[in-house]
Amino acid sequence: MNQTLPHNPLTRFITDDESCWSIEQYQNQGGYQGFRKSLTLSQEQLLDTLKESNLRGRGGAGFPTGLKWSFVPRGDDAPSPRYLIVNADEMEPGTFKDRMLMEKTPHQIIEGLLIGAQTLGASIGYIFLRGDYYLAEKRLTKALQECRDANLLGENILGSGLDFDIHLHTSAGRYICGEETALINSMEGKRANPRAKPPFPQVAGLWGKPTIVNNVETFCNLPHIIHFGPQWFKDLGLNDDAGTKIFGVSGRVNHPGLWELPMGTPIRDIIEQHAGGMRDGYTLKGFLPGGGSTDFLVAEHLDIPMDYDTISKQGSRMGTGTIIILDDRYCPVAMVLNLIKFFAQESCGWCTPCRDGLPWAQVLLEKIEHGEGEPEDINQLEELCRFAAPGNTFCALAPGAVEPLQSALKYFREDFEAHINQACCPFHDKKRQGIDETGTPCIKGSGGDKYEQL
Amino acid sequence: MATKEQQTIPVSVIETPDISLSSKEQQGIDELISHSPQLAGITIDALKLIQAERGWVSDASLHALSLYTQIPVADLDSVATFYNLIFRQPVGKVVLHPCDGISCDLMGGEHIRQCLKQQLNITAGETTPDNRFTLIPLPCLGACDKAPVMIANKQLFENVTTDELPKLLSTFNEVS
Repeated sequence: MNQTLPHNPLTRFITDDESCWSIEQYQNQGGYQGFRKSLTLSQEQLLDTLKESNLRGRGGAGFPTGLKWSFVPRGDDAPSPRYLIVNADEMEPGTFKDRMLMEKTPHQIIEGLLIGAQTLGASIGYIFLRGDYYLAEKRLTKALQECRDANLLGENILGSGLDFDIHLHTSAGRYICGEETALINSMEGKRANPRAKPPFPQVAGLWGKPTIVNNVETFCNLPHIIHFGPQWFKDLGLNDDAGTKIFGVSGRVNHPGLWELPMGTPIRDIIEQHAGGMRDGYTLKGFLPGGGSTDFLVAEHLDIPMDYDTISKQGSRMGTGTIIILDDRYCPVAMVLNLIKFFAQESCGWCTPCRDGLPWAQVLLEKIEHGEGEPEDINQLEELCRFAAPGNTFCALAPGAVEPLQSALKYFREDFEAHINQACCPFHDKKRQGIDETGTPCIKGSGGDKYEQL
Repeated sequence: MATKEQQTIPVSVIETPDISLSSKEQQGIDELISHSPQLAGITIDALKLIQAERGWVSDASLHALSLYTQIPVADLDSVATFYNLIFRQPVGKVVLHPCDGISCDLMGGEHIRQCLKQQLNITAGETTPDNRFTLIPLPCLGACDKAPVMIANKQLFENVTTDELPKLLSTFNEVS
C-alpha cells in the first residue's frame, strides 16, 4: 500500500505531451478521486482533515489553511452565498510556479475548488487569473467546460445535491490584486485598494458574503490531502512543515526551473542538485528565497531547510518558494533598484509610507547606482525601511518591498559604499568593458554613462 | 542612449465619434451583467471587451459604456486607469511587452528593452509613427526560468536574444 502513495502529489499527473490537461487523462490517472471521497464526508470531517494536515497557504504568507477556513460561518443560518476565490494573480517578481500548475494541471485546481465547495457549502467559485497568462486562460476555460459537460460543475453534481459553478475572471494587471482584500475590491469593480481588517473576508468578503481566498498551489493540495489522508501529507515534509512545495530557481544557474520537493529540502540541494549550480564564471553572492519581497540570504544560509519557520528564523521568508539568485557579476544596487521600482509602480497609493516612501527609495537608489550617491543616502534608505515596517502601513506591500532593500544594506553594504566612494557603478563599468560574456551582449554604441533601465 | 523624442499622437487616432456601443458590444455587456451578482462587478471585463473591439479605451468609449450600463463614468475611469492592461491611449497594431522583472534583468533583460527602443526608435509607452508597434514593458511575466521573455500579440517569447529581435519584429510586420 505504502508503495502506491505518491511523494510528488502536485506534479505526478504532469506529462510532456498534451494529454495531461484533458479531463480524460486526469480522471484515468486518479483525478477527482479526492472530490468523490469528499462527497462521502461531512463538512466537519473535511475541515478536521484539513486542520490535521497542517497545510499552510502557498501564496507566501504561510497561514494555516484549516484555521483560515474554520472562520467561515457554517450551518443553516450562515450567510449565503459563500464564495471561493483562487488567487491566480501571480505577479511576485521571480515567481512562476502557479503558471505551471494552471497550464499543466487545470483540473487539479478545479478539484480543489470542488472540495472547498463541499467543505464550506460554497456555491460559487472564481479563478482570479493574471491577465497576461493567456495559455493558462485557454486551458482553464477548456477544463471548466469539460467539467460542466461531465456534471462535475453545475447543479446536483454527480447526484450529490451539491450545486457549484466556477467563473474565470482575468484581471488587467496589478500586483496589489494579490492582496486578498484588494482582490475582492477589484472583483467588485472598485480600485484595488486593500480593505481594513476586520472584518476578515471569511466573514464578510466578496459582496459582503463569506469568502475564502487561497493561492493556486494551496487549492491544488486539497484533492491529495482528502484522498491520501492528513498523516501521509504531514509525512511528506522533512521537518515540521507538512507536504511538498513547488520550488523554483531563476538567475544564472545551469538549469533554472521548477521542482516539486519535500517541504524542508535544504536550499543547497535545490540550487546545486536541481538547478545544476551556478554557471561557469559566476559565483553565488546572495539569493532571495521566496520571490522579490523577501529578505536576501547569503552563502552561509545554503544548508538551512526551505520551510516557513526555519527561513523566518534566519530573518527572511519562504514566500512563494521561488529562489532568485544574485551572482557576483550583477550589481546588488541595480537588483534592489529594479525591485523597489517595481513595488513603487505597483503601490496602490493608499497609504503614505508606500505611496511616497517607495518612490523616494527609488530616487536614492538611482542616485547611488548612477554614481551620484552620498554617504547620507544610505542612512536615509535605512530610515525609509523603518517607515515601511509592518504596523506602519495599511497592507503588506510596503513591508515586503523593503525586505530586499534592508537586507541588501546589511549583506552588501560595501557595494553600496563602493558606488558612493568611486562615484560610479563598479559592476556596470565592468559590463561596459565587455567582461560580462552572457550570450546577450551589451548593445554596441549605446553610449551613455548611465546604467539605463527602461 | 536611444533617442527619446516625444511622439505626437497621429491625427487619425484622435477621438472619433464612436459614442454608442455596437450591438456586438451591447450583447457582450448584457452577457456580463447576467453573470455578475452586482452591476459594478462587470467593470474590468466590460473595459476589456471595449478594448478588444476598439484597441483602446477612449473618453468617448467610457461615456458610451457609462450610458449603456449606468455605471458612473468616474467609477469606470477610476478602474480603467488603475491597471496595466487597460489602455487609455491609442496603441499600435502590435503591443510589445518585454519583461522588466528582476529575473529577466539578471539574464540581460535590459539589453532586450534597449535593443527594442533602438530598433523602433521609441521609448517606453510610445507608439511608432506608422502605428505598428507600442512598447510597454511589464513587470515579471512569470516565466523566469526562460528569461529574458517578452509578450507580443498575446504570445510569450522565451529566451529572447538581441540577435533575433530584428527577425521577430519583421514577422509582425508581415502579419500586421
